[in-house]
Amino acid sequence: MATVRKFHLPHYPSYPIYISTFKNVENAAFLRSQLLEGNPNFDYAFLDASTILSLNHILLPAFLALSLHTSGRAKTKTVHSELVFRLHPNNNIAESFKKFGIGDSSRNIIAVKIGGFMKEGQDEVAEESVSRHLGEVVQGDSTDPGERGERLGEECEMEKVRKMYKLESGAGGGGKKGKKIGNTGEAVNGMGGEEKDRKEMESVVLGVITLKGS
Amino acid sequence: MASAAHPEPIEPIQPLQPPSGRPRGGHDQHTLPAPFLPDACEPLTQGAEALVYRTHFLTPQTPAVLKYRPPKPYRHPTLDKRLTKARLLAEARVLVKCRREGVSVPAVLGADWEGGWLVLEYVGGGTVRGVLDGWVHRLPELSREGNSETISEGRKKSEEEEALWELMRKVGRAVGRLHEIGVCHGDLTTSNLMVRDEEEYTENETNLPPSGDIVLIDFGLATQTIQDEDRAVDLYVLERAFAATHPAAEPLFQEVLRTYGGSFKGAKSVLRRLEDVRLRGRKKSMLG
Repeated sequence: MATVRKFHLPHYPSYPIYISTFKNVENAAFLRSQLLEGNPNFDYAFLDASTILSLNHILLPAFLALSLHTSGRAKTKTVHSELVFRLHPNNNIAESFKKFGIGDSSRNIIAVKIGGFMKEGQDEVAEESVSRHLGEVVQGDSTDPGERGERLGEECEMEKVRKMYKLESGAGGGGKKGKKIGNTGEAVNGMGGEEKDRKEMESVVLGVITLKGS
Repeated sequence: MASAAHPEPIEPIQPLQPPSGRPRGGHDQHTLPAPFLPDACEPLTQGAEALVYRTHFLTPQTPAVLKYRPPKPYRHPTLDKRLTKARLLAEARVLVKCRREGVSVPAVLGADWEGGWLVLEYVGGGTVRGVLDGWVHRLPELSREGNSETISEGRKKSEEEEALWELMRKVGRAVGRLHEIGVCHGDLTTSNLMVRDEEEYTENETNLPPSGDIVLIDFGLATQTIQDEDRAVDLYVLERAFAATHPAAEPLFQEVLRTYGGSFKGAKSVLRRLEDVRLRGRKKSMLG
């Protein structure tokens, strides 16, 4: 059994979002191969945990994926693949999987399952069945993402995220101010500098994800 | 025929009625774009193009502002879609650019340009306009205090005044930063300048102007430009907004300009251009 946390987007109450995190995963290559084969039992979004800043960093693409899927405007086959695709700032599906999806050498992963899409002859996904299935197929240590997903960013590599969303200095490169977003390092108002950086980065990242494909 | 014998009386001409189905002032009667529901959206304000609601997004604990541009029935649907999309995206792009460069604006949390909606970070606090109005309102008593009251009262007054001047310097710096990164606001008024205050802004009892950061809002008319002309017009519009508050706000705006002038390279030439704009007004006369 793996620890699974259930989240609800207020605007999509009938599509629960199950999130589970793992450390020291041994069989990432196997999990990825199942995704590539399109095994219907592996209908998850497996993310590389080093690329995820926070809960909102998952919930926004999940929201967009649901919004596009329910209105028939999605660019990919499933809501899970759409989630991974929405994370990436560019319009290249393969690249978004390479960057944000699980890789053969991924050690820390985040598994996301969006419920509410019942197929015929299939039971509605429940927290317990997700937990059991993930516990069986993922060889790794299940960790708790936290009730409010507050521990989701623990394995995040900020530098990597900064690079993927091109948060270095001013847009267009060659900016004279070598200012990095979310790298002020100051502690203000009792809020740790790191936490503040992360918040600031998140606010830009959500904007970039929003503007994808525009 | 009976009708010929008794002709129907001709109805008197009725005054024009507003279009049915969309009663005046009823902006909550607009249908919200999916998946937003009216129960969770509290109307905040309305402009010519957009309806603004307070709501939450992604989690129930994340307060947010929904800016919805409903379709305009008098426009051709294709044109309407294109205009809505172009304007919404222009606004969102400018906001993300500002946020990237560290200019204090509401973050973009989500959008759908086909659906015409944009979700922004909720900024708690009041507007600079509110602060100025409160100050102007107390001006008579302040001047009385200044003449006859005790020293301790006098000190309190200077403290308030100092906080107000510091606020003006913050406005100058904020506008300077915005212009420095190549963005002009397009509708820079004191109502579009907020003072961030995480605790819900109340009629503050101390009379001290709030000390939070300045947040620029409403980028619906913003453009990405580095022309002195556009920057000067921004300042001119802001100047008019100050002047409209009270003549006593004039020296306060001078402080805004002074800080602006030192805030980035090129600000001085904007101030020179402002002199020209003052003489002719906001619209540059077009020849030919």
